[in-house]
Amino acid sequence: MTAAGTGHGSTVPADSAEFASPADVDRRLAEVGYLADEAIATTVYLAQALGKPLLVEGPAGVGKTELAKAVATVQGAELIRLQCYEGLDEARALYEFNYKKQLLAIQAASGDRAWQQTHDDIFSEEFLLERPLLAAIRRTGPTVLLIDEADKADVEVEGMLLEVLSDFQVTIPELGTVAAVRRPFVLITSNAARELSEALKRRCLYLHLDYPDPERERDIVLARVPGIEAALAEQLVRTVGTLRDLEIKKAPSIAESVDWARTLLALGLDELDEAAVARTLGVVLKHVSDQERAVKELGLKG
Amino acid sequence: MVHQQEPGAAPDDPSGASGAPAGAPSEGRDGRRSLVGRHTGFVAALREAGLPVSVAEGLDAVRAMQMIDLVDRDALRAAYAATVVKRPAHRATFDTLFDLWFPAALGDGAAYTGGSADGAAARSRDPAARRVPPPLDPEVQARRRELFDLLLSGDDPGLRQFARAAVAEYGRTPGQESWFSSGVLRAMSPETLMAGLLEAVLTGRERGGMAERVARRDFRARIARFQDLVATEVRRRIAEDTGVERTARMAVRPPLERLDFNRAARADLAALRREVHPLARRLATRLQQRQRAGNRGRLDFRRTVRASLASGGVPLSTHHRPRRPHKPELVILCDASDSVSAFAHFTLLLTFALREQFSKVRAFAFIDATDEITRFFAPGVDVVDAMTRMASEADLVWITGRSNYGHAIKVFEDRYADAVTSRTSLLVLGDARSNYGELSLPVLRRLADRARHAYWLNPEPRSQWDTGDSAASRYGEIVPMYECRNLTQLAEFIEELA
Repeated sequence: MTAAGTGHGSTVPADSAEFASPADVDRRLAEVGYLADEAIATTVYLAQALGKPLLVEGPAGVGKTELAKAVATVQGAELIRLQCYEGLDEARALYEFNYKKQLLAIQAASGDRAWQQTHDDIFSEEFLLERPLLAAIRRTGPTVLLIDEADKADVEVEGMLLEVLSDFQVTIPELGTVAAVRRPFVLITSNAARELSEALKRRCLYLHLDYPDPERERDIVLARVPGIEAALAEQLVRTVGTLRDLEIKKAPSIAESVDWARTLLALGLDELDEAAVARTLGVVLKHVSDQERAVKELGLKG
Repeated sequence: MVHQQEPGAAPDDPSGASGAPAGAPSEGRDGRRSLVGRHTGFVAALREAGLPVSVAEGLDAVRAMQMIDLVDRDALRAAYAATVVKRPAHRATFDTLFDLWFPAALGDGAAYTGGSADGAAARSRDPAARRVPPPLDPEVQARRRELFDLLLSGDDPGLRQFARAAVAEYGRTPGQESWFSSGVLRAMSPETLMAGLLEAVLTGRERGGMAERVARRDFRARIARFQDLVATEVRRRIAEDTGVERTARMAVRPPLERLDFNRAARADLAALRREVHPLARRLATRLQQRQRAGNRGRLDFRRTVRASLASGGVPLSTHHRPRRPHKPELVILCDASDSVSAFAHFTLLLTFALREQFSKVRAFAFIDATDEITRFFAPGVDVVDAMTRMASEADLVWITGRSNYGHAIKVFEDRYADAVTSRTSLLVLGDARSNYGELSLPVLRRLADRARHAYWLNPEPRSQWDTGDSAASRYGEIVPMYECRNLTQLAEFIEELA
């Protein structure tokens, strides 16, 4: 778990966990079932090589969070996740003192101890509650820090992230500055519900992850759903592509393509014709208005 | 080689050349210098095209280039994209410029490394030999068959090569100095291949069904890809003749967020639509946050005492009752006339998006009469349907069909005066051009006074306000008016609300 080392030297030992080239990224991610394309592989490699956080934006369900998980798996790193939400604050993201424990310590302290000593005691390591950002900075082992859905957090959180991500250090008034022993691989995801600040973007590498092209998505479906025929997967992926082109509220994600493939397999359908689509449309489209639109546009006899 | 002129604007290299080993042969030094020049020229062009590339980001790009294999053009593109493009809307501009600054080929298609540029030029034919109209030319027909096979198989590298050859052959007609994609597309007319392509994949299956739609979409995408490749190739040829920077200036369109709503093409509107939703969400939270900021709710005594038990009776943290969330009410009054049709389209999208964010929104459209359009935009309804239904069913036209703000406002007050209360934010969207009709200023003043806030978004550039029949400043005296002709300005307006 977390080692206590604070503020050691900042040299990072290079080891086999690090990627050697974009091709290496591609190959190793594929081994754990994440099929990257050239842009993804190159950007992930650069984020590692330049030691910069990687901001990944794109619609829901294109594999942003999956990417972080896959990188953590292939590097044998621990994944530390900070899920952002409205109202997230420093105490939840960075660190907090355990007030209750402090209070107990004060009450338990014998009366003849000097106040100063008690004070020093209760603001020590023992009473510090580590939250994801601090935990990621203090870890000595390989770490992937995932800051998920950064657009959900308030603007103030971005200010805090800026400080942490540009220097990889945190200043705790009572304890001093904690610098990263070893830089974590930082991946920030955003659904672009809110424009992140220019300052944050400037400090990150940027990857816009969109729906994959049909060939790549077919390969993903084939990899995730063993037993499905390649021709059916191809047909399915192209149909999903057509659905995404319609003006609908919630375009089907990759996960939904995979679910659809599983559904077809479970139902024993080996061709995706109008009847099959009409039967299983609920797996990919989750709004009534979207389904109605699809039925109309695809000419399904619903 | 054809292509040695350097981008003129490149300043003397800031850093790169000094990194060269001292004993490096002079051509290596030159190579590095020209790479730095190319980089600075490229970054300058990105900035000129409206992409905010900071100095730090430019340096990141240089650092990234040291990490990758520079011969791999896709990796180079990815490296630049990761370091200097931070918004999806800028990607198209970036790609256009990247193709100009780092062309895939030189001259007639000889690669960077191999042979003379003239080797492949054998294809450029004697103009005099081509007097036959394309449909009758057997060579054109053979070419079209080749294209057909490429589109059918979806072979992208093949398509790229084909586009390059096709531009070399048909991109310049006799007497023309420059290169044009129109000649290529006219000779190849890829759209006319569609019927045959569909025929080829749908053998035997029922026409008109889902299979055809799916296939049609695929082929349409591939044909569009071909047209894109041709356009890129033509730009590259022009750049070789006239210089990269001039071509860049002509080829680049403004990025989406600076795109004028009134000049947006259909494809842009679809893209705008995607951008509008997050903005609407932001507007909604802005109007809500004004309320939320400030004191917390009343102390929740019971929860505070309970929580204090964990700390020996000392109430370390107080708990408060959640404040009743303020539900802002929004009334939108938007001009749906032709003069602002593109803007109207956009405002209706905004209306639709806001409708999903606010608890209570009533929307009214007017041309010279006013009708409530809230019912068309019920949450969950399909936006395209809503627009068509509104156009056919809503009662917007009274006599002329030209916007008449005076009458529209009066009708609004007569029929829907109850919509505006002291809790309402009133949002008027329109160009304030009333075709010299009356303005009903007192009526608007009554409405604005009653509302909690009132704002007017005007899609016309500020310089044109008060020209001709525009009553911008007269309305602006009553309701604060903001110029809003692109997403940036809309976002600024939303920020200002905070």
